[in-house]
Amino acid sequence: MKAELTCIICPNGCRLAIERSEDGTIKVENAMCGRGKDYAVNELTNPVRTLTTTVKVEGGVQPLVSVRTDRPIPRKMLLEAARALRGVSVCAPVHAGQKVAEDLLGTGANVIATADA
Amino acid sequence: MTEKDAVIIGGGPAGLAAALELKKNGINDILIIEREKKLGGILNQCIHDGFGIVKFGAPLTGPEYAKEYIDRVMELDIPVMLNSTVTGLTKDKVVTVTSPRGLFKYSCKAVILSMGCRERTRGAIGIPGSRPAGIYTAGVVQNLVNVQNIMVGKRVVILGSGDIGLIMARRLTLEGAEVVAVLEKLPYSSGLPRNIRQCLDDFNIPLLLSHTVVNIEGRGRIESVTIGRVGANGKVLPESMRKVECDTLVLSVGLIPENELSRMAGIELNPVTSGPVVDENCQTSVEGIFACGNVLQVHDLVDHVSGEAEAAGRAAAQYITGGELSSGKVVLTAGKGIRYVLPSKASGARELELSLRVTEPGTDRTVVVSANGRELRRLPFKRVNPAEMLRFKVSAERLKDAREIIVELI
Repeated sequence: MKAELTCIICPNGCRLAIERSEDGTIKVENAMCGRGKDYAVNELTNPVRTLTTTVKVEGGVQPLVSVRTDRPIPRKMLLEAARALRGVSVCAPVHAGQKVAEDLLGTGANVIATADA
Repeated sequence: MTEKDAVIIGGGPAGLAAALELKKNGINDILIIEREKKLGGILNQCIHDGFGIVKFGAPLTGPEYAKEYIDRVMELDIPVMLNSTVTGLTKDKVVTVTSPRGLFKYSCKAVILSMGCRERTRGAIGIPGSRPAGIYTAGVVQNLVNVQNIMVGKRVVILGSGDIGLIMARRLTLEGAEVVAVLEKLPYSSGLPRNIRQCLDDFNIPLLLSHTVVNIEGRGRIESVTIGRVGANGKVLPESMRKVECDTLVLSVGLIPENELSRMAGIELNPVTSGPVVDENCQTSVEGIFACGNVLQVHDLVDHVSGEAEAAGRAAAQYITGGELSSGKVVLTAGKGIRYVLPSKASGARELELSLRVTEPGTDRTVVVSANGRELRRLPFKRVNPAEMLRFKVSAERLKDAREIIVELI
């Protein structure tokens, strides 16, 4: 099985050529770095993405604080994860880096604030 | 009127980096003037990641990238004036500011322009039809959703495949809207390839290339748009026109450097970039006024904005302390296949960092820099794309005796 995909790890956006042979081994070409190779393998076996969104702030100057998962979660869980965070609110003051939710949908990823609020 | 060594207009990533560089080079009498209630500029609403991969080796979110610079500015006690708008700039470097504490005038040794850019609107591109509610530019949607907690609609059509439109396609989907399609007038996308992947492919949002909106329908609120395919002559083919129902139209149709103040000061603008004409020191046609960031040229990566602003800050510091800035007699011209090249002028006496964009996408192309008919540098690229700015250096050695530099794509 052959595929071409654009790597999203860095601005170079290498156009990776991936080939999966019958015994399961995956070959990656055109990657300028090792992270690109790992990304390509993941995209075929277990695509993951970092979720960035917002949660509500109680008692602060702004209604929202921006957040992200501290590690990537399975791509297919993105919509569900965003929905799960809709009801979450955190009390001001919030500090960048502060954990606002733990183990999101059992993925092991925590949700941290990316700004002060 | 108060005297100041350096006033920086705009406290976004460009202004912040320029301020830090000024301070690093011994200038203390600095003032950053920012119209919003906090520093950080557009980064405050860019809650997605991918910022700082070049600068910090990690994909930070916009607010996290801004925080790196804001924290430093606070630590160094660099003076900042928030909620304040610069309403006047003269060629004698007098800055007029309106602030909550009143009107102020500053007579400056150097001024750094870092006002960023604004968005092209429905009116500017003249989409026919009614004028109902529900039509927004992508940056405004980003602010409403990410900062003000206001959702714009449920069934969205996005015109323009620039990065902001793509990012908002994903954001609106995550917040429960249905993004019906992203339309792009050109036969290729104007956004970064990785954004097509992360924002459209991941969510199965259709990208309709060579399509545009030809009419808007709806009374109080938008009800539908008429879309059509753009033919070879650039006109929409009537037989391709069809109505798409929606309650929201998001426009991502271009960013325009915000140079009202530059015009006021009589600064010469480059008609292709819509930003000031600058030399290798980021100095404009008015001595002592420098420009950096999106006000100079619209960037794709904030890392490059920071780098450019640092160069402007360094040059401004040198200028303030009475140092001679290398002046440019060597003219740079964009040749075949190149949309623009910056800077517009150079001295040829030191290493030159060029920023440029190509006119069309291509594979296996080479950028050739020549002067006086002689080739100075050639750089091969596997892929080139108008959406991706190219930046590279040409050494002083290679520039020796150069009078006119031409950059071409072959």
